[in-house]
Amino acid sequence: MVPFLIRRVGLMLLTALCLTFIVFWLTNLPPNLEKLAKTQGTVRMTDAQTASWLETRGYARPLPVKYAEWLGLIPAWTYEDSYGNAAGRCIGDGIAPEDAPRRCGVLQGDWGQSSVFREPVSEIIGKRLWLTGKLMFWVLLVMVPSALLIGVLAGMREGSRLDRTLSTFSIATTATPEYVSGVILIAVFASSAVGLKWFNGTATGAMEDATFANFTLPVATIALFGMGYVARMTRAAMAEVMTAQYIRTARLKGLSFGAIVWKHALRNALIAPFTVIMLQIPWLLNGVVIVETLFNYKGFGWTLVQAASNNDVSLLLGCSVVAVVVVLLTQLISDVGYVLLNPRIRIA
Amino acid sequence: MIDRNDDGPILEIENLSISFFTRRREIPAVMDFSAVIRPGEALGLVGESGCGKSTVALGIMQDLGVNGRVTGGAIRFKGRDLTAMDEAGLRRIRGSEIAMIYQEPMASLNPAMTVGRQLMEVPMIHEGISRRAARARALDVIGDVRLPDPGRILDAYPHQLSGGQQQRIVIAMALMSKPALLILDEPTTALDVTVEAAVVDLVRGLGEKYGTSMLFISHNLGLVMEVCDRLCVMYSGEAVERGSIGDVFDEMRHPYTQALFRSIPLPGADKNTRPLKAIPGNFPLPHERPPGCNFGPRCDYFRPRRCDAGDIPMMTVPGNDRHGSRCLRFGEIDWNAPLPRAETQASAEIGAPVLQVEALKKYYEVAANALFGGHRRVVKANETLSFTAHEGETLAIVGESGCGKSTFAKVLMGLETATGGSILLDGAAIERLPIEKRGTDLVSSVQMVFQNPFDTLNPSMSIGRQISRALEVFRVGKTEAGRRARMLELLDLVKLPREFATRMPRQLSGGQKQRVGIARAFAGGARIVVADEPVSALDVSVQAAVTDLLMEIQRQNRTTLLFISHDLSIVRYLSDRVLVMYLGHVVEIGTTDQVFAPPYHPYTEALLSAVPIADTNVTKRHIVLEGDVPSAMNPPPGCPFQTRCRWKPQVPGDLCETELPPMRELGGGHQVKCHLAEDMLAQMEPVITLAAE
Repeated sequence: MVPFLIRRVGLMLLTALCLTFIVFWLTNLPPNLEKLAKTQGTVRMTDAQTASWLETRGYARPLPVKYAEWLGLIPAWTYEDSYGNAAGRCIGDGIAPEDAPRRCGVLQGDWGQSSVFREPVSEIIGKRLWLTGKLMFWVLLVMVPSALLIGVLAGMREGSRLDRTLSTFSIATTATPEYVSGVILIAVFASSAVGLKWFNGTATGAMEDATFANFTLPVATIALFGMGYVARMTRAAMAEVMTAQYIRTARLKGLSFGAIVWKHALRNALIAPFTVIMLQIPWLLNGVVIVETLFNYKGFGWTLVQAASNNDVSLLLGCSVVAVVVVLLTQLISDVGYVLLNPRIRIA
Repeated sequence: MIDRNDDGPILEIENLSISFFTRRREIPAVMDFSAVIRPGEALGLVGESGCGKSTVALGIMQDLGVNGRVTGGAIRFKGRDLTAMDEAGLRRIRGSEIAMIYQEPMASLNPAMTVGRQLMEVPMIHEGISRRAARARALDVIGDVRLPDPGRILDAYPHQLSGGQQQRIVIAMALMSKPALLILDEPTTALDVTVEAAVVDLVRGLGEKYGTSMLFISHNLGLVMEVCDRLCVMYSGEAVERGSIGDVFDEMRHPYTQALFRSIPLPGADKNTRPLKAIPGNFPLPHERPPGCNFGPRCDYFRPRRCDAGDIPMMTVPGNDRHGSRCLRFGEIDWNAPLPRAETQASAEIGAPVLQVEALKKYYEVAANALFGGHRRVVKANETLSFTAHEGETLAIVGESGCGKSTFAKVLMGLETATGGSILLDGAAIERLPIEKRGTDLVSSVQMVFQNPFDTLNPSMSIGRQISRALEVFRVGKTEAGRRARMLELLDLVKLPREFATRMPRQLSGGQKQRVGIARAFAGGARIVVADEPVSALDVSVQAAVTDLLMEIQRQNRTTLLFISHDLSIVRYLSDRVLVMYLGHVVEIGTTDQVFAPPYHPYTEALLSAVPIADTNVTKRHIVLEGDVPSAMNPPPGCPFQTRCRWKPQVPGDLCETELPPMRELGGGHQVKCHLAEDMLAQMEPVITLAAE
């Protein structure tokens, strides 16, 4: 088990390294840097001014060097202008040039400064990830049990009226994009159009204090969309298990239908959906952006969009590291859980 | 429990009819089926696939699925009609009074539940006993089915047990509540012969111990003879003959039963002088049954306007014990008339050596765990394999699963390369040439007929196209028209109508598909054809025809046939020489007569004893091999067979455990890999003796 975990963590680091390098390269392409300079400086900068802006801020140097600096492998750049004002990667607000460390990169725990929010990247990501994490937690709590329940109920008697009803429902929810279902939900439950006004149409308040009223609609919107997919997978797995010979064995042992489903079919039917559920988590992390925008809930997805549209190099890099860690961590949990569910697989 | 004072039958099936309903039509699966099983009696139900025998079993269990329904008749279990019982009543009977044992033990056990929990469940639901009492019962029953170390087995998952052990668990599960009736649906089909023999031995012993009545479903007449008291032969949904084993085997009164016996290789059959007689034609589809006698179109004794006039009832054969036949003419047919002599073939001449295998070795390196890696281990699949095969010869390679026979086939075909030793084909070494580096000539001269014809044909390509494709690959014929002509010739060769060229594989029966496989193998004028269990997936009546076809083409083309099989009856029937393998070693090689007569290698002796023979005139010595074949990853030291050998005590010292026996020449090319002294070998008695007729 331990060597397996070590290998997995190593793989995770390697993937993060590759992915951040690609993001680094893309964000450091000349047109992107020019755009950065013009948004941070003024739009009316001449080409020469742009070049000098990039020069004085350390952008106009070779890519591998900049990347190594970001990682914290080599000493950071410094610049001294003609007036003797020192600038540098590690020299920022409140840090005098003399006190600045030589290296300041990811390895030193410094994720850099966001150019959009003018805040350290680690603080922004920490705050936004917590907000999205809160949303995801409630979504998973609603989505997974109901999806499994729908899937199992539909799959245990394939072709029955219950199966057809539940299948239609899950196909319909998956086929409806979040921006449609979200708008419908707002119209029905939060506007004067129908007049129910049970919930709030915005979740801004939920960022501080999540309540039933302001958090139900965003959670429901994502849960509905994700649920159908998991439910379909569960249904297929369950239907297949129910035709297996060992289910016939159980039936001909004299077990009641409930006991067959509960004791014999369930564990075998959960193996396939488990992987799918774990794959849903990274999707939730990035895919919630529509719902976050719709309900004005400033989470991780919203941050990612802000970073991308403003070519905020440091923030984008931070976001991609988080994404890699989440994807590989959920895959690790999925593999370990797979072993626990399926006794035929053992970790060496 | 059986009420010993009650003389009434345990199970009485009366004119049972079962149909499956599809959207288009009703498909009758079983028609007018009657049977009686008395306490302690074992009834065998024999027939080919699709004859409805499993449907009868599921009908008794009232588990016919959504589409199946009993359309007539009654199934009375201890006097209660099961067809009229409600779900709760059926649940009380299932598992406690009627238990079932299935064909595939692995699939019948829940993979995610320990064996112990699956066993304990049965008495816990039916008798409401405590977990502790159920566990004690489970330990008891596991001892009864002769599994070692019951405590460990109870905590194991099914996949941690071997096939034979799994089947014993399924049997144990059926016995947990001491049922009055046991239904066994092809319980040994998925097992090796020696394991099959041990399981059959066990079932028979348990039947006597618990006084359980049995319904034994099988396609293997030999097995039925060993297990059952009475027999019912089914054909196309109907019981055609029933009676005691002795009556049906020796005084059969239905043409189908007779044809069935004539198509299986019994001792005495020989490919040249007494060939098997295949049943002509095909099994009728359930919705295309002929009027009158279902067997009529394939019957030698058929009389128009009589046999096809109307339904034929089961009629009693006078003089015998509850013997019945569904044949109008059973009184008129001369049942003792000798089989009309088929033309005898001159035995093919054995030519010069074609294939020489010298000390061939194939080792695999495997990771202990596929998903997560782990320690590498070496599997010694083939160990110093040496033999010569000649032109026009049939060399049988015999052994149980895991003995390395399929690995050898792969190395010969070039799907794997050898670790050591050599394979010479017409003098050229090919053991290190993978298939992609072999020239067209070499590929077309070493071909294979596969075991499962259902999976080896491309389902979306017509038959003719598939054969033409083989011709293209082998570069036979220069033009498309030339290849087409050759393709039609090949269809003639395997006795398929030329119209089949445009058919799709799904429109063909199993036997017809295997003929296509044969046509493909011989398309490029093969020198050597490896037939890997070519008929074991086919029905008995078709087996004979396919085997004969293979022999005939071989005789014409003077091909060397390597016939891989575990079925010793068919091996004895068709092969010139036999090679017996165990755990990667050749333990015995010789002509068919030499191998099938003493002195034997101890493993060959056990194999011969394990093969069920459907002939009441044959007496067989009873040798049961205990335990399983050791893992090839961890073979025993010394002789590979020493862990299961009953002759080991006769060898002085610990020679068997320390030293690999040398290959010894016993005269006339007969070689045995055994430490037994000459005089001990000479003392061996024949396993099978034919009573003088």
